[in-house]
Formats: sequence, structure tokens, C-alpha cells
Amino acid sequence: MKKYPILDKKDTRSGFGAGLLELGRKNPDVVALCADLTGSLKMDAFEKEFPDRFFQIGIAEANMMGIAAGLTIGGKIPFTGTFANFSTGRVYDQIRQSIAYSHKNVKICASHAGVTLGEDGATHQILEDLGMMRMLPGMVVINPCDYNQTKAATLAIAEHHGPVYLRFGRPVVPNFTSPDQKFEIGKALMLSEGTDVSIFATGHLVWKALEACEALEAKGISAEVINIHTIKPLDVDAVLKSVRKTGCVVSAEEHQRNGGLGDAIAQVLTQHYPVPQEYVAVNDSFGESGTPEQLMVKYGLDANDIIKAAERVLKRRGEMVNA
Amino acid sequence: MTTDINELKRIASQVRRDIVRMVNACNSGHPGGSLGCADFFTAMYFNILRKNDKFEMNGKGEDLFFLSNGHISPVWYSVLARSGFFDVKELATFRRINTRLQGHPTTHEGLDGIRVASGSLGQGLSVAIGAALTKKLNKEDCLVYCLCGDGEMEEGQVWEAAMYAGAKKTDNLIAVIDVNGQQIDGSVEHVLPYGDLRPKFESFGWKVIDMDGNNMENIIQIMNEAKSLTGKKQPVVVLMKTEMGQGVDFMMGSHKWHGVAPNAEQLKVALNQLEETLGDY
Repeated sequence: MKKYPILDKKDTRSGFGAGLLELGRKNPDVVALCADLTGSLKMDAFEKEFPDRFFQIGIAEANMMGIAAGLTIGGKIPFTGTFANFSTGRVYDQIRQSIAYSHKNVKICASHAGVTLGEDGATHQILEDLGMMRMLPGMVVINPCDYNQTKAATLAIAEHHGPVYLRFGRPVVPNFTSPDQKFEIGKALMLSEGTDVSIFATGHLVWKALEACEALEAKGISAEVINIHTIKPLDVDAVLKSVRKTGCVVSAEEHQRNGGLGDAIAQVLTQHYPVPQEYVAVNDSFGESGTPEQLMVKYGLDANDIIKAAERVLKRRGEMVNA
Repeated sequence: MTTDINELKRIASQVRRDIVRMVNACNSGHPGGSLGCADFFTAMYFNILRKNDKFEMNGKGEDLFFLSNGHISPVWYSVLARSGFFDVKELATFRRINTRLQGHPTTHEGLDGIRVASGSLGQGLSVAIGAALTKKLNKEDCLVYCLCGDGEMEEGQVWEAAMYAGAKKTDNLIAVIDVNGQQIDGSVEHVLPYGDLRPKFESFGWKVIDMDGNNMENIIQIMNEAKSLTGKKQPVVVLMKTEMGQGVDFMMGSHKWHGVAPNAEQLKVALNQLEETLGDY
């Protein structure tokens, strides 16, 4: 398999902060809004350098979404920042009516997604956000895998006209993608070619998928790892090209089984090329307090879970072939 | 711009005819609040707002108007058509399949004059603040107006917005609250008696003025006063007293015509009370 050396370890939210600052320097229309989480979202550098283009909204996320929608009228490109929970579930109707239905050019940037938020517990660990955002007509949904890719995605979404949900996280994780990558919305990235099983992963699970791929290789299983950083629009061609070769699928995401990447892929498979699929995702449950590493293991989101899922799905494929 | 008060009143009469005919034709929609705000909308679009000749979403170099209580779309559609945003004939399509005149206003069907969808209450003031901030960033000397309902004041987001605009001195923003005292389930006093609006807005740093929303002279005078109060480090809110159903006697003095359409017989009675001044659509 193709090896990816760890360049360093960083949090994806810092990639967002760095990207936002660069955007601020490049594009005078970019403005930023935050609901009392400037430090957590790493938006402080932007605030310091562009105080006139930064809006501290206070703890009022609904108002923030509405103000962002209004800022677009006259040509600004607003980036809202708060935790993923408060970026989606808390403000779903504001996003739906004032942003998505009104087709406003707002970039909803959401940190601390999923169980890797850690010790704060289930109240803050949203695992339903991808599903909610995927369902909104016209919404682009992006979940990059590391610092460099989050930075590149932040830059790219400013060039896209229309609402975008950009999801990233809190923990420090391996940074392994290229610092000068060009981020193409909706274009899946082939990380490692294989022939036995397709592993489609997003966000923090991409690195776990590479770890799993290496372990599978040692067991004589050739896994293909594809980074689905854009969940909507999904790269249907890349998904189908891979499954036509392998004939079975593992999807991996830090999200509920319901509504996330796995369901997006299942929809493609049932319509175009039905093959067995296994989900690595949270199984209809809320999270809890703990370290990110402990939680990833407890909730079945570790490299080991991907390995087991790959073995299960290969067995199912074999049974189907032999049936 | 129409400065003749009598002419404005004549336009408002036609707008009221449009409203009752529109809701009757599709047997749905919200005549009560629409009739109550007919004078205000007429004053805004024929006198108060500085508008460009051609509608553009970005609205550069012109005043912007947002309707937060989107259910009173009939009055807005009528006034938009009567002031030239689209052909008045299109009013006949209100709430019908494939129409641009959706039950609640939307940008989705490309209707000139509308810059954000509204209907789910409480969101418009926030959007108006955002648009006002962009006006400031673009160094435009233009104003942003937003109409909300008094029942709508029960939505929490309104107060997030009120708090923000006051605290951040959004002084190119004029909010207008339609104080008709009615909402779907009854009077505001019956549903949720939330007390005086004036001290609430004042405590958040707004300049508060009163207006008789069914008196054209007073509307022109007070809205001009509101304009003169902008640019003074605080947002302005106009508490606009109106009568739900104004102009049609059997629709007045009650919440019952909030969201009910008149039947053919009731329409006839209503139209007899409203002079046809500009020709029905």
C-alpha cells in the first residue's frame, strides 16, 4: 500500500483558523462571525488582523445564522464559527429558511464534531450533523481529514457560491496530506489502491482507515482507501469505480450510522451496483465523557473496527459469490 | 416617489382590494395582518424607500426592506406589483401551483423585490442586521428596514437580534413592529401577555418611537422622523399600532381573520367597502 508519513500532529480546527486568516488576506469580502468560541475555533488571528470584518455575536447562534444570511446581501462571504452541535441542531430552521432555501452564500464552519470532542460529553458531541446538513437541498457538506486538508478546504469553499457546511474537530491528530494540496469540492481522493475491499472514510476516520489498510495488508487483504472529504455532492463515479473492482464496501465516519457517509454510499450502491457494505459508525447511541481515544474505541470507531468490518464484508461477499 | 397623501391613500385602497381578492381566489392566506399593514407598505414603497430602478439581490446603493412576518405576503406582493416590481396580473397566481408568489415569500422562485425567505417567524430581524452590517462595510449611506409582527415578539431569536443591534449600535437599521395585538389563537394579551415593548427595546439600547399605522399622514411623518434618528449610534424601532383587518368592517377588532379567506359573499361585502382606484388586476 501507499505509505503516508506523519508530517506532524495538529488539530483540524487549527487548519480552519489558518485557512480563514489566509482568506482574510486574499479576499476582502470574507467576513467571520463567532458565537463566543473564538479561541476554540481558532478564529482569534482573523479577529486580531481584521477587527472590522469580524463579528462577535455572543451566545446567540440563531441570530448568528440570520446575520450571516444578511451579510451576503451586498456581496460579503460570511464564515460562521461555533461547535458543530450549535452550528446545526440548534439552528436547523434558521439554516433551512434563511440560508439554504434562500440560497445564501454562507459558510457554516463547525468544530468539535463527534465523540472526539471528548470530556464535555454527549450534550456537545453531535453525531447527527452530517445527516441534517445532507438533507438540506443545495447544501455542500465537507468533512476534511487533517490540518492541511481542513486549511485547503477552508480556502476552497470561499470560491464556491452557495451554502457550505464545513465540519472539523478538536483533537490533535496525524497531519499527513500535502500542505500545498488543491482542494476540489466533490472530488474523492484515492489514498491507496487495492483490489479486495473498498474503504470509504471521512474526517478523523481517514487516518484510521490507512492504519487498518496496513494491518489488512499484513493479513494478505488488499484494501483500497478513498478519502471522501465531500459527503455532498458525493463523488459517485469514484465510489462506483472502486466497488466495481472490489465488490464490497466499508464506510467509516465519526457520525451516527443513520444519515451520514455510509447512508450516502448505500444510496449509490442500491441504485447502481448493489454489493455488501459494512458501517463503521456510531450505532444509534449518544456519546459520553472520556478521552477522544477511549471514546473512539468504545464507540467502535477505531482502526480495529475497520479491520473487523473489512473481514466481515469480505466474508459476506464470499458467501454471495458461493451461493 | 408619491408625495400626495391622498394619492397614497388611493393606492392603499387598491392594495386592500388586491389582498382580499388574492386570498379569496386561492381560498387561503392571511388577510387580517395584510389589511392592517396596507397603509404602511404603500407608504414605504411609494414614498419612503430609496430604490434603484432595477431589482438586484445585492441591493447596492439602495435601501433594503425585509418582511420577517412572511405570512402577510399578500400585502407585500400587491405593493411590489403596484410599484412596478412585476406585472399586477401575476397577483392572480398567488399560492397556486408553479407560482412565484408562494404562500410565504421566497427568493427561490426568483421574484423581484424579495431578498430572503420568511415565514418561520423570528428570523428577519437578524437578516436585516446582517444586511445593515454589509451596508456599513461597503460604506453605503443607505438604510435597512425590517417589519415584524407583535405576535412574533414571542420568538426568542428576535431578542437575540434586539440585544445585538443595540449593543453593537447598528444605527442604519429601522425595525417596525406591527402592533395589532392579535395572533392566531387570540389576542396577544390572551396568548402570552409579554408587557410593554417600549422599555424592552429601550433597555437594549434602541430608540423607540410610536406610529399610527393606519393613518397615512402619521406614517409619512413618523417614518421620516425614524430616518432622521438613524446614524446616531443606536438602532431605531417604530411601534406601529394597526388594526388587524383594517378597511373591512367585519374583519376588524378580532384575531379571527388572521389566516382565513373570505368566501364569495364576504368578498363582495369587503369590496363594497374598498374603492377601486387603480383598476383590479
